[in-house]
Amino acid sequence: MPTLVHLGLNEAASLLRSGEITSTELTRACLDRIEALDDQIHAFLALTPDLAQQQAEAADARFAEWRANGGDPPSAVCGIPTAVKDVLCVEGIQATAGSKILEGYRPTYTATSVARLIDQGMVVLGKTNTDEFAMGSSTENSAFGPTHNPWDTTRVPGGSSGGSAAAVAAGFSPLALGSDTGGSIRQPAAFCGVTGIKPSYGRVSRYGLIAYGSSLDSVGALAHSAADLAPVFSVMAGHDPLDSTSLREPVPEPAHDVSDLAGLAIGVPDEYFIEGLQASIADAVRAAVDVMRNLGATVTAISLPHTDLALPVYYLVAPSEASANLARFDGIRFGPRAEAPNLLESYLETRGGLFGPEVKRRIMLGTYALSAGYYDAYYGQAQRVRTLIKHDFDQAFEQVDAIACPITPTTAFTIGEHGDDPLSMYLEDVFTLPANLAGVPGLAFPVGFDAEGLPIGMQLLGAPLAEPVLFRAAQAYQSVTAWHKEHPDL
Amino acid sequence: MPLTLDEVRHIAQLARLKLSRAEEQLYASQLSDILDHVQRLQSVDTSQLPPTASVLPLTAPLRPDETRPSTPRQALLANAASVDDGMFQVPPVLGSDP
Repeated sequence: MPTLVHLGLNEAASLLRSGEITSTELTRACLDRIEALDDQIHAFLALTPDLAQQQAEAADARFAEWRANGGDPPSAVCGIPTAVKDVLCVEGIQATAGSKILEGYRPTYTATSVARLIDQGMVVLGKTNTDEFAMGSSTENSAFGPTHNPWDTTRVPGGSSGGSAAAVAAGFSPLALGSDTGGSIRQPAAFCGVTGIKPSYGRVSRYGLIAYGSSLDSVGALAHSAADLAPVFSVMAGHDPLDSTSLREPVPEPAHDVSDLAGLAIGVPDEYFIEGLQASIADAVRAAVDVMRNLGATVTAISLPHTDLALPVYYLVAPSEASANLARFDGIRFGPRAEAPNLLESYLETRGGLFGPEVKRRIMLGTYALSAGYYDAYYGQAQRVRTLIKHDFDQAFEQVDAIACPITPTTAFTIGEHGDDPLSMYLEDVFTLPANLAGVPGLAFPVGFDAEGLPIGMQLLGAPLAEPVLFRAAQAYQSVTAWHKEHPDL
Repeated sequence: MPLTLDEVRHIAQLARLKLSRAEEQLYASQLSDILDHVQRLQSVDTSQLPPTASVLPLTAPLRPDETRPSTPRQALLANAASVDDGMFQVPPVLGSDP
């Protein structure tokens, strides 16, 4: 039997189809590795071994049936053990969103994105750590303690999908699901040396995703390569009657045999190569762009002139939406409740006592930005400047098919480095926020290592619904490079 | 433009968050720093720009008004801190002034 750890999704899928391995064996190998090593990483908040076993056996039965009777082969996700970020609901499995205010909450339904994958035979291994309500860039804001980066356990894995990125990097699961509101899939993908897809806004249903910033939230996935993610994306994407913002456009089939990039126009924005960007990241991104040029792409310098306004816009829009979304956590319908003599006191005690510091900060910031007398100057102005940021992308995509740029100013920082300075943590998001404000898709993948051996990532951004362009470019890049095959020693 | 402690208390009350004195001090300082940073948006001339509330054209889609099963009441109530007679139970809204 081949070594099961660090298998890519497509490799695993082909071994499952040929019958060389079973999903039961693969799932057991993942659970064993998690049990042996997750003390060092803390990628998972909870494991679901019974559910996983049952789903793995069902997947094995599907393969057996197909081998006996023929027909269409099971999906590439069939039998694949998967780590699910704890902001996505799975019926009957505790969902905390990294918060004490949801401890004990067992959703009565499954997120559409997850349900579609389960229908195709995916196996749920457990729920992964996240910054509380996905608010953060390091997983340090989880109420249940931080996740450690598998490449250097003194460092953060990024966030907020840090548990999911660490799970893939550590060889705990070939696939993990995440969400990206301001970079929460792409940034941890970069810090952990894995590949992540943040779909266009509206491409994947948000039903069953615990809401943070509803005009920005997107559900996506992380794995070892773009080719591994392409079939996952095709299953997750598409219209859902339960999410009125989910798009009706048909979902393209994943592309095969991507060998060259002839005809692809890539733009490199000057505004992402600024003072403060680690030199080794700038060099690695430019070298990756050269690889794509050698594969036949044309490369031009472009401008996204309002990039520096994305941070102030995001940190008004997202907290404003969060302050409204998180009003539902009041101790009445789910989660623990602080007992108090009247309803108002109960709200104050429950929310004040159970939300963590970053969540309280963002709720208050949003409440302030939306309050009488400040609404137009803060929230209104941020929405108008958001229009400028979206225009930047609209104009860029008239010239180019994809934008190549860094994801983070630095490689993974150390746990505790940003201490009690939230603004310095927010500055980590400067390169990921614009895509969410414009609603465009982003694909993050590894393009090298710095002198300390920490992974470097880059992102390709595309026009709305241009995910196939991004998959094609990243698959071609990964067909001639090996950064995505590196993994940490644990 | 620093936020005063009174403003922080007012916002926290609107947001239904009970804060300790130490938290009030901390958030007054941290939120002031963040508001200073976002202040730069004020210098952008947006008089001719429409707001972007969503990147999608927002519509209110209609669906056929058909009955379908809903989540069973008992399943929903199972997550609540306190239930009585098939309903969510809450502390008194009036009376027992804090």
